[in-house]
Parts: sequence; structure tokens; C-alpha cells
Amino acid sequence: MKELDELYQSVILDHNRSPRNFHRLEGATAHAEGRNPLCGDQFEIWLKLDGELIADVAFLGQGCAISKASASMMTQAIKGKTVAEARALFEQFHQVVAGAGEEKLPAKLEVFRGVSAFPIRVKCATLSWHAMKQALEKRNHAVP
Amino acid sequence: MTTLTAIGRTATPWDVARVRADFPILSREVHGRPLVYLDSAATAQKPRAVIDAISRYYETGNANVHRGVHALSQEATNGYEAVRVLASRFLGAASPHEIVFTSGTTAGLNLVAQSYGGSTLRPGDEILVSEMEHHSNLVPWQLVAERTGAAVRPIPIMESGGLDLAAFEKLLSGRTRIVAVTHASNVIGAINPINAIAAMAHEVGAVVVVDGAQSAPHLRVDLQAIDCDFFTCSGHKLYGPTGIGLLYGKYTLLEQMPPWQGGGGMIRDVRIDRSTFAPPPERFEAGTPPIAEVVGLGAAIEYVMQWDWEALVGYEQDLVAEAAQRLAKVPGVRILGEGADRVSVLSFVMEGIHPHDAGTVLDTLGIAVRAGHHCCQPLMRRFGVPATIRASFGAYNTLDEVEALVSGLGQVRRVLGA
Repeated sequence: MKELDELYQSVILDHNRSPRNFHRLEGATAHAEGRNPLCGDQFEIWLKLDGELIADVAFLGQGCAISKASASMMTQAIKGKTVAEARALFEQFHQVVAGAGEEKLPAKLEVFRGVSAFPIRVKCATLSWHAMKQALEKRNHAVP
Repeated sequence: MTTLTAIGRTATPWDVARVRADFPILSREVHGRPLVYLDSAATAQKPRAVIDAISRYYETGNANVHRGVHALSQEATNGYEAVRVLASRFLGAASPHEIVFTSGTTAGLNLVAQSYGGSTLRPGDEILVSEMEHHSNLVPWQLVAERTGAAVRPIPIMESGGLDLAAFEKLLSGRTRIVAVTHASNVIGAINPINAIAAMAHEVGAVVVVDGAQSAPHLRVDLQAIDCDFFTCSGHKLYGPTGIGLLYGKYTLLEQMPPWQGGGGMIRDVRIDRSTFAPPPERFEAGTPPIAEVVGLGAAIEYVMQWDWEALVGYEQDLVAEAAQRLAKVPGVRILGEGADRVSVLSFVMEGIHPHDAGTVLDTLGIAVRAGHHCCQPLMRRFGVPATIRASFGAYNTLDEVEALVSGLGQVRRVLGA
């Protein structure tokens, strides 16, 4: 099935097997947890902000290949970006995986376009992104 | 189509082709493939008899029950009460008055927790629940414990999947008021020995509340034999409609219990500042009940009561045993609770593959399984897994479908590169 191959591209499988920035982040200034109570997927995101700049980002947790690869590639995509840029990227990413937008994504994130053929998996792809957005919103709170 | 009589120990043959012909949905395709429905533990498919009974009710018999003097209302009331009688026979209750219609197993458990638990529990009392309980037989007890000062304590389960009866015996004490256990696990299928549990619990004066959602469709339940105090099950897992379930309670207990919800139909006399209540079961059926669903459930019970249950149980047991055997040969597959006697429900994990990814790949092949924690997070923690793939088999599943699942897992491993 063509859609299946587009969903599970090798780059997604690679990030699932070897997630990047997969650790707790010492000295983080923002943190949030993403949890899908329906399926039990759960990720924690840590961000280290330098003013408006995302100086570092990391995550830990468990979930399916789509959710884990998405979290891993998100950390790569937003590291070094500004808070505003990360928020804009969230919107774009969300639109594309939900099948609601034609806009282009940064080349590396294009592999997630295939998720739109599997509506039930959109939540998997966006779980860590929602957590990231939430972490940015409460960035002045204490980080555990 | 392969029938298990060829391979199994079943003495009486189970005519699966004939049963399949009764279920219209089984002839549909999913993603261009014949549907392989292995998710009956979530909800079973419905036979034509149930679908027709609901249509017929709305087309020719719709009226409210226990309300009107007109003919339609009387017919509807007669039909509704006839299902209570049928259900009491099906489960082996002592009387139809011991059967309360609820919206499902969850509602039945909440009713017992809030009404029986809420009116009898005191600070320091204990409620024992097993580690394999569905959240619906756990959270209601936590809520009532919070309110009354009682404590919820876990009955451990063994690696084999069975309840640790020795540990259970040690947990029992004069403080134990309620023992809430499932008859059969919705995740690993393990069957719990309710009569032994009830005998032990009754020794210390505790009542036994049984979640029968997964046993009613797969075992011939006889409430007199298992001697629990409360038993509840869902219509939709028993080939009937959603939104309807049965709660059985020993009448002497139901009689002591305060109403759960107030409203029409459950009263004896109402003043502006106080009321007296109808006897059970009406006391627990406030408001217009789901009448069409009761009618549909009646059709489902009639449908399954004409089955040869010895043949059905033998067939389903052979099917699940065969599935376990074949799945165990797939590289990286681990079946949970392998050692327990089980109904035709089993859960497994695959090394390096998350159950949701497996579920998505299987779905593209037309195979419907459940992937997730199955509303059993404590059990997931017990086995150290975040989620499982669950295959559950009903009266209409075949050996060919077991084979489809096993070969589907080959595709799962290819797509996910394991």
C-alpha cells in the first residue's frame, strides 16, 4: 500500500530507532509533558531559552514510531530558532499533517505529510509539538 | 473456510460459516480487503436478528414504558419486562427482580460503587481490586473510597496472568468489605475463579462484585454456581446494541441500597421536600430507559441462547490456543499472561515495534485489532509494557482469520523494518 510506505519512510523508522536529543536537559528553562490518555503515549519536552532564542531542546518518553520520530525531528527543527519561529512552525506542521494545508515544510519535516492519509495518527504526530507549544507558554514556571 | 473441528478437540462441531452468515457486516471490505474483525472484546458485531428487532420496534412498537394506558405503551412495557426475564434466565439469577438495566458495565459498576459502597463503607474499610481490572472496575472504587475514607488495595497477579490467590487470602481481613474482580481480563483473557474468590471473601463478610463484560460473551455464566453478590455486563459485547447493560445483584443487597439517580419511574411517593422509592429493580432505573436497546439486547440474548454453548466455548478455546501457538512462532512476539486459562482474548507485544504502528499496518490489510493500554494501565505497568496489541475472537471468527493475523505480522515487520 503506497500510503503505508509514505507513512513509514526510512527516515521516520531511523528516528524511531535512534531518537535524537533523547535525554533530560540540565538547566532547562521551560518544560511540559505531552500525554495521550487514549493510547498511553507520553513525552516530556525540555527547552533552554536564551531570551527569545531556543538554545537547546531535548525530550524523553515513549510512544509509537510516528510520535517518537516526530518528537525527535521537532527537536532538530526548532533548535536555534526563535520562540516565534517555533510557534509558526507548529502551526504549519499541524496544518500539513492534518491534511488542511498545502504549505511547504522544512525539507526534513516533509516526511510527515504522509500522516494526513491516516487521520487517526495525526494526534501521534503532533503530541510532542503540542507539548513544545505548552512549554513555551509556561516558560516562566519552575522546571522540574 | 476452515472449521476447527478438523484440528481441535471440540466434540460438537461449531458451524462457523452458518454463524457468519447471520452477521451482515462480515461481508464488507476494508481498504479493499475482506474485513478480518478481531476486536470483539471492544464491541462485538451484530447479527441480523438484533438489527431487525431494533428496526421493527421503531417501525411498529415504539412507545414509552411504564407510563401510558394506551396499547403501544403496554406492548412496549411487556416487551421491556420480557427481556428482564430472559436476561435473568440467561445469567441464572434467582429472579428477574435481581436484574437492573443500566447503560453498560461501566454504569453497573458505578451504580454498585456509589450506592452500595457509598452507603456501607466507613473509614478504615478496605476494597480489594485486582491488578488486571479495567479502569471501570477501579476508578469508581477510588472515587467512593475518597468519599468514605475507605482504602483501595491491589490483589497482585502472577507472571502467568492468573490472580495470586495466596496473596488474596492474606489480604482478606475483617476490614475487607468489597472484593471487585473481573471474571475474565479484557487484555490477557485470564479467567478468574469467581466461586473460589467468592467463598473466600464471604468468609470475612465481604461482598464480591464481578465485572462480567468479557465473560458473558464467552463463558456460560451461571450466577447460582459462581455465587457472587453483584455481576454486570454489557449488551454490545454480547452481540447486542451499545448503550445497554445488565446489573445483577442479590435481592437482599439491592433492597438495602439507596437510589443512585433520582427521577421518574424510580419513586413510590414524592412530596416537595422528600420521597420514598420503588423497590428494586425500578429503584435503579430513573428516567426513560433505552427501550429499543433493551429490545435489541433481548434479541441478542435469544440469538445466543439458541447456540450450543459447549460447542461455542470449545471452538473459541481452540481458536485462541491456535492463535497463541502460531503467534509465539513469530520472531519478537511475546504473549502476556501466557499461563492462564483464558477466554478468546489475547495480548502480545512485538520487539522494537509499538502496538499502534502494528495496528496501522494490520488495518491496511483489513485486519481490525485493538492497540493500546485497553483501559488497564495498572496491568500494563505490571507487565512493564506501555501498550499491547490485542486480538479477540468471537463466535464468527475463523482459523483463516488467525492465519491472516499471523501473516499480517510478517508485513508489520517488513514495513517497520524489524
